[in-house]
Amino acid sequence: MTVHSTSPQFKQNAARALNDDQLQKALGNVKQGFIDKRQMAADKLPEFEALRDAARDIKNHTLEHLDLYLEAYEEKVKASGGHVHFARDAQEARDIILTICREAGARTVTKGKSMISEEIGINHHLEANGIRPVETDLGEYIIQLRNELPSHIIAPAVHLNATQVEEDFRRVHTHLDAKRDLSEPVQLLTEARAVLRERFLAADVGITGANFLVAETGTSIIVTNEGNGDLTQILPKTHIVLASLEKLVPTLEDVSQLLRVLARSATGQELSVYTTFSTGPRRSADADGPENYHVVLIDNGRSSMLGTSFEEMLRCIRCGACMNHCPVYHAVGGHAYGWVYPGPMGAVLTPSLIGVDKAGHLPNASTFCGRCESVCPVRIPLPKLMRHWREREFERHLTPATVRSGLQLWGFFAKRPALYRLATRVAMGALALAGRRRGRFTWLPLSKGWTKYRDFPAPQGETFQQRWKRERRGTHA
Amino acid sequence: MSARDDILANIRRSLGVKGSETIRQQIVADRLERAPKGVIPKRGQVSGDERIALFKTMVETALATVTEVASPAEVPQSIALFLRNHNLPATLRMGDDPRLKAMPWSDTTLEIAHGPSRGSDLNAVSHAFGGIAESGTLAMVSGSDNPSTLNFLPDNHIIVVSAKDIASDYESVWNRVRFAYGKGSMPRTVNWITGPSRSGDIEQTLLLGAHGPRRLHVVVVRD
Repeated sequence: MTVHSTSPQFKQNAARALNDDQLQKALGNVKQGFIDKRQMAADKLPEFEALRDAARDIKNHTLEHLDLYLEAYEEKVKASGGHVHFARDAQEARDIILTICREAGARTVTKGKSMISEEIGINHHLEANGIRPVETDLGEYIIQLRNELPSHIIAPAVHLNATQVEEDFRRVHTHLDAKRDLSEPVQLLTEARAVLRERFLAADVGITGANFLVAETGTSIIVTNEGNGDLTQILPKTHIVLASLEKLVPTLEDVSQLLRVLARSATGQELSVYTTFSTGPRRSADADGPENYHVVLIDNGRSSMLGTSFEEMLRCIRCGACMNHCPVYHAVGGHAYGWVYPGPMGAVLTPSLIGVDKAGHLPNASTFCGRCESVCPVRIPLPKLMRHWREREFERHLTPATVRSGLQLWGFFAKRPALYRLATRVAMGALALAGRRRGRFTWLPLSKGWTKYRDFPAPQGETFQQRWKRERRGTHA
Repeated sequence: MSARDDILANIRRSLGVKGSETIRQQIVADRLERAPKGVIPKRGQVSGDERIALFKTMVETALATVTEVASPAEVPQSIALFLRNHNLPATLRMGDDPRLKAMPWSDTTLEIAHGPSRGSDLNAVSHAFGGIAESGTLAMVSGSDNPSTLNFLPDNHIIVVSAKDIASDYESVWNRVRFAYGKGSMPRTVNWITGPSRSGDIEQTLLLGAHGPRRLHVVVVRD
């Protein structure tokens, strides 16, 4: 494990989130914005569904030949004058990065937004060794000031409101006039731009992630809207790219397919503002750009996911559409998930990376409504994979005793259809009778978890199977 | 065992392969060599004036501005007018691009500076390698002709693109890059730019001018 995880306390985290008024207000922005924008972008491109199929196939093909594409990629990076480092786990990655920074004599390091850098906890490690990491994506900068983790993989500060950002800027930017007006979001942006411009120009090393790596050319790709990733990588003398193994794709044509679904799924843009393809260090005739180019390829559990049912998770291109469409994420936000990756993709990936014993609550935090799978640009069957984790959790006896005995009781009836039908018929009849006046229950035995937050609708008196039979007969008559 | 060899061995163990299978190697070599195209949206598959019109529409959709001039000789006047209309100082930084250098800048009162930006320039002009009609994207390549810093540090970025270099789709631009730099080789940086810098990180409100240019202006040159 790398970054400290509070995933085991998911239930407490979620309860706290539900009662956090600031958070609930901020989460309203997710529900409204992202869903409509993605839908409009998808509607504007008739080939969108075909591109999703192509994206899925490209990722599957690459994963099936990952060893060979990695070798091809490595050769190309070296040929362009860059360095490739392999890291088995977070500790190795941190050591490699620190060594490069020390060789560069680095005092400050600017950073583009990178989820893998959160996963390996690089900021803390650099700080502990006297090097100052500065996040430059506006959202990441804000949460770095607050000493928080991102609550969303593409909108890290989505859990905050402008007034909270204003308080943080006043607390930290003490060199500026205390009476300045920061009531408008654009004033906050302008202030961050000015403060960070100085940091960009002073940095010794720039660290970015990679949205994709291209084996054909040895190229790393970052996608941003702010331009911060580019200033991070072209101004300092040394550029370090952090990438997990599954970022690889074969060719420039392949990455063009994936780019056509990435921004549309994420923010509803045709394309993000800046898509940057970097290959090696500055060439002899270049007027600018870094003199040293390093890529750190990080495994940290990925190679063991290949060949398992969780291999499909390695197709993920980190667009965030699954969490933007998730009713559970809408209710509790990203921090409740307790580690680096929230939402449905986090509920599948986190148990793979830190263990189902610690993250077992996450795949249970789903209504299985299926919206995440329906919008995933690379068609990851997220509900199916969450169900796999639930099964594994049960097999390993990690499920709490009350849940286990409940499931066993249900299993007893489910395996005896006649008894099941009788029991449900009696229960539905009784509930319908008891609730016939109000049509709902505000209290039921053993159901406090449900009725505390909402009423339980009273059944109509018929079981689902009875109704199914009746209506099927109707349609066939 | 080195981390590299360990990781490759673990990948192969998980996939149930050795790495030496000729068929797999052939499949990979073939894909890297042929670089098959996937799904190309019909939207961009238009030519002539229709393509230029689509490009301009998409540039504006991305919140940039665009203008068209009949020849390279008209570019300096057009840029001077753009700066004046926005009450911007008559200064302009550019690289060594021969196409830009050949333009009659002395027709204007613009104060021209050359070379990469160090962060204090308000205005810069670059010449694009090409444009992409499908999304209104400008494709820029690094080098002393058009330093990458000019794409990001100035407040106002102006990009000149030849109408003949405006392609339908990304794939056509990659073909030209391969022709110019060789198959499997790339310039240090290719920047695709689609509109001015922006952020939605504060309450999901779209604000322009995050870290890169606050304004992006495109000049399409017919010749």
